[in-house]
Amino acid sequence: MLDKALTGSRRYWTWIFVLLAVIGVAVLTYLRQFNEGLGITGMSRDVSWGLYIGQFTFLVGVAASAVMLVIPYYLHDFKKFSKIVILGEFLAIAAVTMCILFIFVDMGQPMRIMNVILHPTPNSVMFWDSVVLGGYLALNLVIGWTTLGADRKGVKPPQWVKPLIYLSVPWAVSIHTVTAFLYAGIPGRHFWLTAVMAARFLASAFSGGPALLIILALIVRKYTKFDPGYEPIQALGKIVTYAMFANVFLLGLEFFTAFYSNIPGHMHPFHYLYAGLEGHDKLVPLMWTSSIFAIVSLVLLVVPSLRKNEKILAFACVILFISLWIDKGFGLVIGGFVPNMFEGVTEYWPTLPEAIITLGVWAIGLLVLTVLYKVAVSVREEAV
Amino acid sequence: MSINRRQFLKMVGVSTVVGIGGTAVFNGLRNSGLEAAQTSPDPRTLTAKRWGFVVDTSKLQSDEDYQKCIDACHSIHNVPDLSGLPEEIRKRQEVKWIWTDNYERTFPTAPEDEYQNPELKEKKFFLFCNHCAQPACVRVCPTKATFKRKDGIVMQDMHRCIGCRFCMAACPFGARSFNWRDPRGKDDNGKPFVNPEKENKEYPTRMIGVVEKCTACTERLAKGMQPACAEASNGAILFGDLEDPNSEVRKIIATKYTIRRKPELGTQPSIYYVIGGGEHAG
Repeated sequence: MLDKALTGSRRYWTWIFVLLAVIGVAVLTYLRQFNEGLGITGMSRDVSWGLYIGQFTFLVGVAASAVMLVIPYYLHDFKKFSKIVILGEFLAIAAVTMCILFIFVDMGQPMRIMNVILHPTPNSVMFWDSVVLGGYLALNLVIGWTTLGADRKGVKPPQWVKPLIYLSVPWAVSIHTVTAFLYAGIPGRHFWLTAVMAARFLASAFSGGPALLIILALIVRKYTKFDPGYEPIQALGKIVTYAMFANVFLLGLEFFTAFYSNIPGHMHPFHYLYAGLEGHDKLVPLMWTSSIFAIVSLVLLVVPSLRKNEKILAFACVILFISLWIDKGFGLVIGGFVPNMFEGVTEYWPTLPEAIITLGVWAIGLLVLTVLYKVAVSVREEAV
Repeated sequence: MSINRRQFLKMVGVSTVVGIGGTAVFNGLRNSGLEAAQTSPDPRTLTAKRWGFVVDTSKLQSDEDYQKCIDACHSIHNVPDLSGLPEEIRKRQEVKWIWTDNYERTFPTAPEDEYQNPELKEKKFFLFCNHCAQPACVRVCPTKATFKRKDGIVMQDMHRCIGCRFCMAACPFGARSFNWRDPRGKDDNGKPFVNPEKENKEYPTRMIGVVEKCTACTERLAKGMQPACAEASNGAILFGDLEDPNSEVRKIIATKYTIRRKPELGTQPSIYYVIGGGEHAG
């Protein structure tokens, strides 16, 4: 089926080459980082994880969100999702690919990545994270490819794929739960040490991922002959809305616990992120952008008449996605490191090389996504 | 090259035997009670059930006294000196095994308020790896590159470390340093981070992208010597067996008021700080 990605319009190839150009620049920048060390990033001994790990965390959520299509379609026989469930599965593949790459570019000794498998360490959450992420990638590759292949031939998917699909549901939950445990099990980082971390991760994933999917479905409709349909997109819109409310609610719980308890260690990261601490306030504008976007998107999404307008829905999804990207892809990681272990403040801001490498990983993800979607769309177009 | 079934089975058989033999060798080593990096027992080796430190900085007078301890450690362990870098970058990327700080920053969760003894607030403390009995860094490491020895010392295998920095996120004491740049390299002015003339050839330099920290001078203990900081400290840093009720460290802990950093986190640090001016308290 991959041959379908090798024929395309001029616009398709232009897009592919733009992505390849970005990737090329990023690869060169990465080689610089490989030689000179992670010192070319904005990270420090106090803020020892930054944009890379933030993006990783955020994208695990995007990957897990495929389950929001799989559950209705496969478990509840919600037929309207039949055409777009493949878009969710392929998005998961692209997202997990980016996750693995973000971990890779964050490593000080990337050539030793196999040490995680050579010296398996069950007491380390990171070991489990690599296990569940690898498994999830494999599951979605097999499921997506097999179901699409069957679709192409106009037959039902083989029976053996069914158990894998059912397995993918708890597996999707596991990847984001385990990722949350990377943070939520660490002593001394008050911002992360919260039992609702995994729940909030899932809520933000199940709103941000489907929001991205709505945007992608609308793009697919605009540029190809394959129409994912009005109703599936509306159904997704409702999922986005519910999940986003859950996410904002859970964030509210964090605020309550921190500020009503009045425990300084719990309040400091929130002070830093939303008001600034000891005169350090680099993240404040970003965090307020995230908050305002979250509220505006919720208003637009919760009013049915607004949500039913696809243009408004698309706009709401874009700002919701940006809101969650800031909150989880940036604020969450940095907030855990500020203040530092000595109650001092070291600020973090990504450097240009770091931003280019980040962009490059996104470009690789988009390339994978484009190729997979091209295949899926071509199969769908033939079926029309 | 192609092999038939018979040859393949032979190879499998031979490698299994060798494999089992290899395991036996390792088990043999384990049973002899040797620590990692040791190949044979050395009668001089200092041993303990759980090594620990008592820090009493009232024994030190001038800034030079403090610096002497830091230099003793950093020079013998070839800790890269980033002082040639711009101040802002140096502060963010510096590698340190032992350093000093004030009361407030050393014990951010300890009881303190504005009415407290100003003497205490001005006091300086040594900070280095706590060699916790329940180390968070060891728990999170995905490759066992950081591990706890039987004598309680938390060690770091620089050749296995993948540089994921999970341990830095997990350590509540900021004791871990990452090599953000090549410690064997030079700064922009051509000044090497480890001066080749002063380099201690007995101790390895590190490579780029790995995490390092205080090792309680295991290489010195193996030769019957005290940790370098303790030796240079004029009694301000004492090293001994916390499990031995007759050890000097235990006697001080039993008789003087000591505190540990962030005990509420349950990592059980092995450094005890004498508070309130040694002589007066005794």
